Amino acid sequence: MSTTHEHTPLGGRLVTPPFIFLVVICVLAAIVLTQRFVFGLGEATNLNDGYPWGIWIAIDLIIGTALGCGGFVMAMLVYILNKGEYHPMARAGLMTSLFGYTLGALAVMIDLGRWWQGYNIMFPWLWNANSVLLETALCIFAYIIVLMVEFLPAVFERFGMKEARRRIHRVLFVFTGLGVLLPMMHQSSMGTVVVILGYQLSPLWQSHLLTLHFLLTALTMGYAIVAFESITSSLAFRRPYEMSLLGKLSGIMAWVMLVFFIVRYLDVIRVGGFPLAFAGDFKAVSFWIELLLGVGAILCLMPKGLRESPRYVFLGASFMLLNGFLYRLNCYLIGYDPGTGYQYFPSMGEILVTLGIFALHIILYLAFVKNLPVLHATGPARATA
Amino acid sequence: MSMNRREFLKGAAVGGATAVAAAGASSEAQAITLMREPKERPEGALGLLYDSTLCVGCKACVARCKEVNHMPVEIYPDQSEWNSGTWDTAKDLSGKTLNVIKAYMNGTIAEKDRETDGFAFIKRQCLHCVDPSCVSACPVSAMIKDPETGIVSHDPDRCIGCRYCVYACPFGVPKYDFEGAFGQIHKCQLCNHRLPEGKMPGCVDACPTGATLFGRVEDLNKEARQRLSLKAGDAYTYPRGDISGAIERPRSPHEKVISAEYQQEVYGYDGPLGGTQALYLSAVSFNKLGLPHGTDNFGRKIPDHAYARETEGVQHFLYTGMIAPAAVLTALVLMAYRNSEKHTSEAEED
Ligand code: SF4
Ligand code: SF4
Ligand code: SF4
Repeated sequence: MSTTHEHTPLGGRLVTPPFIFLVVICVLAAIVLTQRFVFGLGEATNLNDGYPWGIWIAIDLIIGTALGCGGFVMAMLVYILNKGEYHPMARAGLMTSLFGYTLGALAVMIDLGRWWQGYNIMFPWLWNANSVLLETALCIFAYIIVLMVEFLPAVFERFGMKEARRRIHRVLFVFTGLGVLLPMMHQSSMGTVVVILGYQLSPLWQSHLLTLHFLLTALTMGYAIVAFESITSSLAFRRPYEMSLLGKLSGIMAWVMLVFFIVRYLDVIRVGGFPLAFAGDFKAVSFWIELLLGVGAILCLMPKGLRESPRYVFLGASFMLLNGFLYRLNCYLIGYDPGTGYQYFPSMGEILVTLGIFALHIILYLAFVKNLPVLHATGPARATA
Repeated sequence: MSMNRREFLKGAAVGGATAVAAAGASSEAQAITLMREPKERPEGALGLLYDSTLCVGCKACVARCKEVNHMPVEIYPDQSEWNSGTWDTAKDLSGKTLNVIKAYMNGTIAEKDRETDGFAFIKRQCLHCVDPSCVSACPVSAMIKDPETGIVSHDPDRCIGCRYCVYACPFGVPKYDFEGAFGQIHKCQLCNHRLPEGKMPGCVDACPTGATLFGRVEDLNKEARQRLSLKAGDAYTYPRGDISGAIERPRSPHEKVISAEYQQEVYGYDGPLGGTQALYLSAVSFNKLGLPHGTDNFGRKIPDHAYARETEGVQHFLYTGMIAPAAVLTALVLMAYRNSEKHTSEAEED
């Protein structure tokens, strides 16, 4: 079987009841956004002088782009570490990255308090080279472009543009390289972003190694989302599980998770934050849940026997996703204490927009896998979901 | 790949643990090796000196600040019944308030400038940091520190409203105006629109007791140091307005008998957090007044250095000259080329 024919569109009806449900969420989110743009951020959100960043940044951007790391971790495996056997899973990962990053960028634009001059970030004469946030922003834009190029072969295949596909293949390795470097830079720098919070971030999370931790959670979440999506789409589209690959991937996941776990908690001890885990407050509870999710992931994925079971791989991947999710939420919101009695809990509108962005992600996923050669061919596909 | 995956990951695990252990050998030392060079206060740095023991809490400075900066009064939602806008009730800095007087209160609140059963005032505005987090954080250079005066100003035409400065400032100063569709960042800019007109900052001009003084930071520091040695019962002649007396008309000083002894520190001159150009004197400890000092809420030491040195240290370590990213990219591209060659030839066979 040659590379070009490994992937096929699933086909099948796009507009199904779950699809309509997702569209409804998006419509509700759009209503909130109208409110946000007409009446301002204060009207639609619970943001305040103590909490200038809420879930639109912490979840939609910081966590959303981590969920968009499937592409880069698979590319790393296939093209850099030369594990060609994972090639069938690479394209689906690439596509979720494209959505994850594009929607992350969308969230930033929604959140910008002076969006009408947001283009200022594109002017090199205004760039502040010391700003970690600038670097993350430029990486996002560059990576979205790289992802689009990387995804072009699927589009060319779909429309039978053989010549174009052949040409792009010749230069694709450059984009593959960029497509690994840029998310590594972006993901690690999102950790550096919160170092400047200094004493405002609890020592359960504040550390000079945040840069490393965010890179590691990009890996854990990247692998976990690939496994998670593989299993959910097998269930939803009634395709056979990709168990031979998933089993092997689970081994990698278990070890990556273990590395992060060890590094992260040794670091908490190093900065002297561990006693705060017994403070009995909300931060401490969140710390323990994060830790237990990590333990759960390792327990589900480490034993060789369990890796053959879709159930345990699914459970392990879910724990891993939630561990990374909570870790990042803790770093950006829960562990943050502006120290002046300010409080923040997202408004209904903020939650709706966040849900809307995730719904849009799934809508795009469904539309793409049904119409473009993204998932690898597994004999007759019977798309129903 | 000759090394198998397991070995590779095991190696990574051991390597990671070693990195943490090495970093942990001395977290302070580790921070210092990666920290960017400290910044110096400019010679002609301008600033404020606020002496909490002189402040009577009249808030004339709050009102004048609003007036000279054309800022609206603060009416909280629960006051809309009775407050038609004649009564400014600012409790904290906000998108409407660049300067605020807050009170520390304890127990019976019987005596001023006493920590137990006492009270004290504190003026809050931008401290015009020597090494400001807001300037380091802003992606589009909308926070600018003047190289001569050291005044940290804001340019709304550049600002994209990302609010990273709000998040990053260790003194909680810049605020985004969340009301309305076209919000803006607001913060004290040391009335740098008044200085060219030969006028002193509004808050200083309005202060009846000289609790807030304006001038060169060096002069303000000298003045502040003299006060540190005063004992209760000593009389001292306090200046008002601009400490050099050069701006506008010279103000008459006034004599006051010291009732509470000063904390033995001019807050802001040598730190914490890299130092500031707004200096503070107080009889009650600075952290009681809400200024980061000593240890934080979590029991960590508030560092003497600016946090910007830490983030920029990491950033420069990884990205100076883009050498490291370029090297990594070259390696990645070479490996990708080698490993995708066979895919390319397959594709061409079609
Ligand atoms: S106090 Fe805050 S806003 Fe003012 S200069 Fe320092 S970091 Fe910037
Ligand atoms: S809100 Fe404006 S001034 Fe503040 S960091 Fe963002 S762009 Fe810069
Ligand atoms: S210097 Fe000007 S802007 Fe700053 S607090 Fe005083 S009056 Fe307000």
